[in-house]
Amino acid sequence: MAIFITKDSKVIVQGMTGAEGTKHTKRMLASGTNIVGGVNPRKAGEKVDFDGNVLPVFGTVAEAMEATGADVTVIFVPPAFAKAAVIEAIDAGIGLAVVITEGIPVHDTAAFWAHAVATGNKTRIIGPNCPGLISPGQSNAGIIPANISGPGKIGLVSKSGTLTYQMMYELRDFGFSTAIGIGGDPIIGTTHIDALAAFEADPETAAIVMIGEIGGDAEERAAAYIKENVTKPVVGYVAGFTAPEGKTMGHAGAIVSGSAGTAQAKKEALEAAGVKVGKTPSETAAIMREIMGSIG
Amino acid sequence: MDLYEYQAKDLFAAHDVPVLPGDVASTPAEAKAIAERFGQTVVVKAQVKTGGRGKAGGVKLAETPDETEAKAEAILGLDIKGHVVHRVLVTPASDIAEEYYFSFLLDRANRTFLAMASVEGGMDIEEVAATKPEALAKVPVDAIKGVDRAKADEIVAAAKFPAEVADQVADVIVKLWETFVSEDATLVEVNPLVRDPEGKIVALDGKVTLDENASFRHPGHEALVDKQAEDPLEAKAKAKGLNYVKLDGQVGIIGNGAGLVMSTLDVVAYAGEKHNGVKPANFLDIGGGASAEVMANGLDIILHDPDVRSVFVNVFGGITACDAVANGIVAALGILGDEAKKPLVVRLDGNNVEEGRRILAEANHPLVTVVDTMDNAADKAAELAAAGV
Repeated sequence: MAIFITKDSKVIVQGMTGAEGTKHTKRMLASGTNIVGGVNPRKAGEKVDFDGNVLPVFGTVAEAMEATGADVTVIFVPPAFAKAAVIEAIDAGIGLAVVITEGIPVHDTAAFWAHAVATGNKTRIIGPNCPGLISPGQSNAGIIPANISGPGKIGLVSKSGTLTYQMMYELRDFGFSTAIGIGGDPIIGTTHIDALAAFEADPETAAIVMIGEIGGDAEERAAAYIKENVTKPVVGYVAGFTAPEGKTMGHAGAIVSGSAGTAQAKKEALEAAGVKVGKTPSETAAIMREIMGSIG
Repeated sequence: MDLYEYQAKDLFAAHDVPVLPGDVASTPAEAKAIAERFGQTVVVKAQVKTGGRGKAGGVKLAETPDETEAKAEAILGLDIKGHVVHRVLVTPASDIAEEYYFSFLLDRANRTFLAMASVEGGMDIEEVAATKPEALAKVPVDAIKGVDRAKADEIVAAAKFPAEVADQVADVIVKLWETFVSEDATLVEVNPLVRDPEGKIVALDGKVTLDENASFRHPGHEALVDKQAEDPLEAKAKAKGLNYVKLDGQVGIIGNGAGLVMSTLDVVAYAGEKHNGVKPANFLDIGGGASAEVMANGLDIILHDPDVRSVFVNVFGGITACDAVANGIVAALGILGDEAKKPLVVRLDGNNVEEGRRILAEANHPLVTVVDTMDNAADKAAELAAAGV
């Protein structure tokens, strides 16, 4: 098992024929993902050859689902068109939409999120501005490199892409059930809490690494959730202890404003919930090693 | 991007939100000329992107043009919490009957927008929220439904605005929502929103934050950037499409991915505790594609920062292969030639790391030290920076 995507996931790619879409469709296929087609209204009916893997292009998400039984879409369309692409995926009723696109205006994200809520939350949204997720050896929906680590019993949820890779690398000898990058934008679909709940329910996940960063209070809310609902060991890491107030650190959401959003406050909240928090990625990995060693 | 008060008010006026007339001056003489034009008592207000202007002496009343000139002279050049005043807003003084508070902002936790309103305006709203939370109405706004007159009435009722201004305030709220949406703002704040003695509602002070992700559909927003106040290195980095933030330390940082770079800053700061207290000099995320050109641009910015004593290049090769990064570093040092004088500590991991390290070993550049873990590399970079101080 794993969370959100498994070997049975049938994946389509919105924006498959663009530069990023093409590059990453190839990579996802190479890591064993069952990609069943792409969506581009201007190229509907065409076929695209990915190193011998010939995939059909559909005009809409609904047509692609109808023809292939797809249940996951990975979205690479440019920021100006991302809102329409996500709303189309929601309206088609697909189970999971992974929004990789970086730089989507927050009013657009708020709008597609409101649309998802208004239509009954039938589509899980991951992202935007995220690397997606991987259940190693089963499926890879997004841009996380498949060769960093194999399958195992650690679940990982992170706001940051490269820190996801770094942590997978540090713990590659243990392996991961699923590693998921939820993105660093101010408004995101799937949260730390959603991922924690899914990992808690997943019998193949033995322990969880949670990576946060400055900005907002998602980590504090996750801490409160962990305290009440999570029985599996959780190890935390928060990036941005030395970030000054009022400066946006790369991610649109990574900003300390006033007394809110500091790494220190997040660390304290997590520790109060019984989460061991590492000072650095390597220390965080060392804590997880010890836990995995004792679980056996 | 945060706007100055005068820019916020210009946006308000463009969306028919009632504001007082006013003009911006960057010299005392200009301020005097504006006061002459108004022919009445004016307020001279420092234009800085931080709060607490009044307490810092940045807001003063002036009864005559000569007094306006003197007050502008005193305010221009003031340092308010690290923000130097380059401009003042000169606006007619107005009588205030009552002060209210209003804002639209992003509600991250609920993944939607929020209207906040209070009839106890004029003061620090965080203080109101902390000491008298019942006096601050918070009304969620659906991103699709938005704010129509009925929703505005709901907000007015929730905040208990007096009956005699309810209509006017609701009207202003609808216009502020139009401003918030059509300008792609993440914050629109009016504090205070005032009732003057004639009963008219006016936005007396405003704060607006615009979403830079939406700049592709707002070509006019570019003109709102204050080139004068921008750090010159930050401006140079922006022109080259780099995500750079100047900090006050001595170890230059280059990395890929916002989270990893933030983490690198922390690890360097911890390492610095053992090395004379050196700190990171900047945040620089070169993103996924670390081509030779991007690396050269990044190194160019950092090596021209006079505060930098050493540079730490920290890359995890995810999508990018480490050999491409290594080639980028070698090529960048080639491009920079004699301009590159400061030691570089490089840590590479991930995709094609062996090849990347081999390329750096072969190039054997006298300034480059390759270290195999992030912690050890941070320690080395801090040590070199401390030695160079």
